[in-house]
Amino acid sequence: MNDLLERALAGERRAIARLISILEDDGPRARELMARLYPRTGQARVVGVTGAPGSGKSTLLLQMAREYRRRDMTVGIVAVDPSSPFSGGALLGDRIRMQALSGDPGVFLRSMASRGSLGGLARATSKVIWALDACGYRRVLVETAGVGQTEYDVARLAHTTVVLQVPGLGDDIQALKAGILEIADVLVVNKADLPGAEQLVATLQAVLGLRSGPTPAWQPPLIKTVATTGNGVPELIDAVEHHMAYLSQSDRMQAQARARVAEELEEILRIELLRRARARWGEERYRQAVERLVNRQVDPYTAAEELLEGEG
Amino acid sequence: MSQKPYRILIAKPGLDGHDRGAKVIAKALRDGGFEVIYTGLRQTPEMIVEAALQEDVQAIGLSILSGAHMTLVPRIMNLLRQRGLDDVLVFVGGIIPEEDIPALLELGVRGVFGPGIPTDEVVARIRGELAAREGR
Repeated sequence: MNDLLERALAGERRAIARLISILEDDGPRARELMARLYPRTGQARVVGVTGAPGSGKSTLLLQMAREYRRRDMTVGIVAVDPSSPFSGGALLGDRIRMQALSGDPGVFLRSMASRGSLGGLARATSKVIWALDACGYRRVLVETAGVGQTEYDVARLAHTTVVLQVPGLGDDIQALKAGILEIADVLVVNKADLPGAEQLVATLQAVLGLRSGPTPAWQPPLIKTVATTGNGVPELIDAVEHHMAYLSQSDRMQAQARARVAEELEEILRIELLRRARARWGEERYRQAVERLVNRQVDPYTAAEELLEGEG
Repeated sequence: MSQKPYRILIAKPGLDGHDRGAKVIAKALRDGGFEVIYTGLRQTPEMIVEAALQEDVQAIGLSILSGAHMTLVPRIMNLLRQRGLDDVLVFVGGIIPEEDIPALLELGVRGVFGPGIPTDEVVARIRGELAAREGR
């Protein structure tokens, strides 16, 4: 049997799908594959798309993918939906709106369950992005689980973050308080054919104008789209590409990449250090610490100090 | 969660527009801990097999109420073989006449679920088949 990674890099779709599963499940082969795959990443540009549930993310993503295909660029899509905290199961429905992409060999769409991770992205999302990157997809579109205002994770993964707003989801103050506007590199008012769209555009423009502090080098453009018809999508892709060109020109791209991998490394270290420490302490010592906490014999900080005693 | 969840595709091939049954099963599987990729109505066999491939699922559930199962299922089974997805388990639910069931099983379908079967029984059967195959 040919090597899985070789076949995936050669564009064999079954192998790409397998590779993604192994990385996502963090199985025994994941590390070996990652070691060989990682040096080949860094070619793709990643676009994160986020917004409230029902704001039209899936439909807009479909249109964005089509526009990129018209521009002769290959597209990988990662669509994240939430896992149930109770059963661990998930209902992943993003393919429903993306059926029109089926049969195009230049598109690879993968649904992901968040598997207990907060912030709208699965823990393994970055690994799946790396896999699609290495396998030759030039643009990777990431759709977050639509959980609302706390999806800052996507801004850390993506080169360009697109934030969707739609009319009718609350008053002006929602737009003002939503910190999510601060992560937007490109701001989209979707469903721009609905009543209230013009008012929302005016409000957002005012909010963007209100930013305090020195004038930032990049001003997020505001694009109006109707995802169901595709109206405004070429302009949106122009804006995304414009932002990427801006990143490459400034040294922002490097700084962003450095921050991203540093965070990734920290996350891996945190998990691995804890795993090793617990193995050294033994389950019994850990269990006793928890027991003493429950009985209020010790406070959490002291308990942690005690466990860490003797550690370097 | 040490056990990784099973991934299953729930698809409705053909032209009938009734997806209530498929949605009920999709939700039951989710509540049973499956990751369910739901593709919606009016899927061609090609679309279903391509989705199964990209999503790397271990099983496919087909909901067919139109009576076209003896056309659709053989085409899907053939495409699965052609694309090298022989190891994906296929289940069929919906309105399937009793006399057609042996032919479907002969094609390689692992289970046929008619109306009225309790959803947790469906979930248990699918999980059982998947576990049995992994144990092999």
